[in-house]
Amino acid sequence: MTQAEIKLCSLLLQEHFGEIVEKIGVHLIRTGSQPLRVIAHDTGTSLDQVKKALCVLVQHNLVSYQVHKRGVVEYEAQCSRVLRMLRYPRYIYTTKTLYSDTGELIVEELLLNGKLTMSAVVKKVADRLTETMEDGKTMDYAEVSNTFVRLADTHFVQRCPSVPTTENSDPGPPPPAPALVINEKDMYLVPKLSLIGKGKRRRSSDEDAAGEPKAKRPKHTTDNKEPIPDDGIYWQANLDRFHQHFRDQAIVSAVANRMDQTSSEIVRTMLRMSEITTSSSAPFTQPLSSNEIFRSLPVGYNISKQVLDQYLTLLADDPLEFVGKSGDSGGGMYVINLHKALASLATATLESVVQERFGSRCARIFRLVLQKKHLEQKQVEDFAMIPAKEAKDMLYKMLSENFISLQEIPKTPDHAPSRTFYLYTVNILAAARMLLHRCYKSIANLIERRQFETKENKRLLEKSQRVEAIIASMQATGAEEAQLQEIEEMITAPERQQLETLKRNVNKLDASEIQVDETIFLLESYIECTMKRL
Amino acid sequence: MASRGGGRGRGRGQLTFNMEAVGIGKGDALPPPTLQPSPLFPPLEFRPVPLPSGEEGEYVLALKQELRGAMRQLPYFIRPAVPKRDWRRLPRELKIRVRKLQKERITILLPKRPPKTSEDKEETIQKLETLEKKEEEVTSEEDEEKEEEEEKEEEEEEEYDEEEHEEETDYIMSYFDNGEDFGGDSDDNMDEAIY
Repeated sequence: MTQAEIKLCSLLLQEHFGEIVEKIGVHLIRTGSQPLRVIAHDTGTSLDQVKKALCVLVQHNLVSYQVHKRGVVEYEAQCSRVLRMLRYPRYIYTTKTLYSDTGELIVEELLLNGKLTMSAVVKKVADRLTETMEDGKTMDYAEVSNTFVRLADTHFVQRCPSVPTTENSDPGPPPPAPALVINEKDMYLVPKLSLIGKGKRRRSSDEDAAGEPKAKRPKHTTDNKEPIPDDGIYWQANLDRFHQHFRDQAIVSAVANRMDQTSSEIVRTMLRMSEITTSSSAPFTQPLSSNEIFRSLPVGYNISKQVLDQYLTLLADDPLEFVGKSGDSGGGMYVINLHKALASLATATLESVVQERFGSRCARIFRLVLQKKHLEQKQVEDFAMIPAKEAKDMLYKMLSENFISLQEIPKTPDHAPSRTFYLYTVNILAAARMLLHRCYKSIANLIERRQFETKENKRLLEKSQRVEAIIASMQATGAEEAQLQEIEEMITAPERQQLETLKRNVNKLDASEIQVDETIFLLESYIECTMKRL
Repeated sequence: MASRGGGRGRGRGQLTFNMEAVGIGKGDALPPPTLQPSPLFPPLEFRPVPLPSGEEGEYVLALKQELRGAMRQLPYFIRPAVPKRDWRRLPRELKIRVRKLQKERITILLPKRPPKTSEDKEETIQKLETLEKKEEEVTSEEDEEKEEEEEKEEEEEEEYDEEEHEEETDYIMSYFDNGEDFGGDSDDNMDEAIY
């Protein structure tokens, strides 16, 4: 874990879970897997605080545990999973576009709570939806359950590993930590629940909850007195599936930008057909015949078979090689080269960064070196048609920032510098790693700046919140217009201005974080798939 | 050894590589020497591209801010504990002695599934808020410099105390204690201000 990643994890944990969890989490990320008492001793926090923090971290799948010999349980943090917290809004928004508000709220509840049983999710979501509906209408549990089942079928949510059921009840002491197992087939199996009920508004649910004294039984359901049918079956959001979806989206939009809408629709159809047959880390999809593609095109598109074939040929001949032709049977077998597509996207990101940071002439040189793989100083000047002095300057700037590297080719065995070729080259994997590292640093800076801005204006923010609360309560009790006006004037005009500026800045910083996270996703996917290939 | 006489020998001023290969021709002026460290924020030559705006961008932005706020309210957000008070100066009734209860609760927590904790906490959040207000009134003169976000540990002790009342069992919680904590947690000395 690089320092930049650790810093970013620390900021994210602190913002979402507080300082204690942050301290424990960062300590675990730094030092690897450790048992409970060692953590408490090294961080100097009390044992019960450490226990609470670890509970929270395990609940959110950020820390895993393992029983080692002699019954010692060791905890290990997953740094990359912590960094996923940046992407939560994107996951939720994607679900909204696919499954509308119900799906959005299901995924939001799962992400906010880490793991939940299906009945708990359905109840929470139904309550939330009922709140937003008009008076008198309620949300039925069945509808929410249906959306949940659809999400499970398309693998967007998955079951967590569960406690194994032991057939023989051995009287020995239970193990210090359960060894959770999950069967591949069961991962998306929805338990047969008959969830009958409707969402409740907050007022009525309070009355119900207060009148339910319970013995030492779980307090999940306060409405029905039966034991929960799916106790022990917990669900979590399947982040890999979301990543697969993002990757597909990126490829489709790249094709749309490069060619036209129809070709992007064809590529989207091909990807959709391969969703189930291809694993997410495969280098290319299963071959699809042109006839199959023709049959699976969306209904609104009536292009003829020949036009489809022409498009496919065009796509296969494109130098970017998103689509490849793997055979001629069935009217032509076509595959989508996922790894090549990711590599092209990462390269395009690099080019774009060079262009925005150094200018378009630098970008020209960069693209030239990318294309020709290795070039000497003189050749760069000639091919790029840029005067020598400027070309030199630009090359050195890019070299110092590690976008370009030098390759030495000695003429003589003694590697004498005067008799060595120095060639400029772009090592895409190394440059991608460097850029990824910079992205982590950028987001850490953005978060820090946002926290700083908020802290600077804390007094003003609190004042405005108090005023809003006063106005809201006065409106509820029916105050006059003049009184409301008076309260509103408690915030002076320059203060209002300051608040506006603050809001604008915080929004800008937040939007930048989201933007950088998209770049991080592309680069991480590319690095991951390249490492698998090596 | 003789040729290394402080840089005054024959080979003085020669570089190990051919300058022309790297692109510095003979007679070209070298760039001026740098006499200070590079500036903290180098001048920005090109303005950044504008951020994506539009419905999707704004929705995701609003979602992000909402999530941030929501996570602070959830029970998973653990607030740092407040240092121990000096109990000699305060009325005795304000101190809750449920040490046994607290320890025992927590040792059960870990092996079981955490959702139980969250459910318990959710139900007592309302009670915590009222208690917080009461606590603040009493100890406000001592806490003038302290930050507002501190949640007192007495309240967490209160929370477990409420559990005892809520459970409606006939036995106090220490009845269920199987004695394995006894003497084992002496490292957590409550009388000293550790935090």
